[in-house]
Amino acid sequence: MLLAFIDTTIALPHYLTLAAILFVCGLITILTKRNAIGILIGVELVLNAANINLVAFEHFSHGGADGAPAFAGQVFALFVIVLAAAEAAVALAIFLNFYNNFASVDVEKARKLKG
Amino acid sequence: MSTFILAQQNTSITAALFYLFAAIATLSALAVAVSRNIVRTAVYLLFTLGSVAGLYFLLASEFLAAVQLVVYAGGTLILIVFGIMLTSRSPFSRYQPSRVEVYVAMAIGAILLFALIIGVQTGASSGAFGSSPPLTEQTYPVDRLGQALLGDYLVPFEIVSVLLLVMMIGAAYLAKARRRDASAQDATRARR
Repeated sequence: MLLAFIDTTIALPHYLTLAAILFVCGLITILTKRNAIGILIGVELVLNAANINLVAFEHFSHGGADGAPAFAGQVFALFVIVLAAAEAAVALAIFLNFYNNFASVDVEKARKLKG
Repeated sequence: MSTFILAQQNTSITAALFYLFAAIATLSALAVAVSRNIVRTAVYLLFTLGSVAGLYFLLASEFLAAVQLVVYAGGTLILIVFGIMLTSRSPFSRYQPSRVEVYVAMAIGAILLFALIIGVQTGASSGAFGSSPPLTEQTYPVDRLGQALLGDYLVPFEIVSVLLLVMMIGAAYLAKARRRDASAQDATRARR
């Protein structure tokens, strides 16, 4: 099924498939890592996949209907990068507090609200 | 810029570069998901971010590629590595997830990947993505992007700057070392 895509002209489905693969890898990282920073790295992968989708849609839709404002996809991706950096900073500050209290960043140790 | 012009005139170079960057990104993302050492996970994330920046160059978004390299790979990833350094217990500490969790995660990932690829293929075959003609001279001049940021997108720009200020204050407060509280608690405990 994927072999139908391998040809010389790179079009939108190629970028969307690549973004889907990155998204699923990020999702598996979020689900299987016990280190809290590993989960944060998975979130960064998911955001990168979404950025690829945004920029690819913008690049490949300028030949069609021009109803969208100019640079919509790139500016959207730019803001996603800024917000990902902000979220990583705050998340790491929270992880530092967690490490100060529990002496590790193992998310299995975060059980105080359970039950 | 010359690489971009060359690539646009020669679609086989574009295809070769796309497959190169896509292969590096896919292998690095798989390595991030599989790796058990957190430092190696961060390094594989660095490779993924670099190849995604190469893909942005292929999509003619040079400013976004530069921002990705400078802010994401050169800022956020460095922050993550600092966080790894400050929260590491021992160099050989590894947290292993249970087998059931790994299998459930792989099943969810496989189902989602299957659904997404089916969706992409359905969209491509039904023409929902438009005719997607090969774009020969699609460029995004940086000065027009700057004018758009300060023109059409002024409100989100200002909101993001306020958000960054709030984030800096919040993160600096949250990450502040709180030694005095611990010593005060020890003193009260010793007094009792």
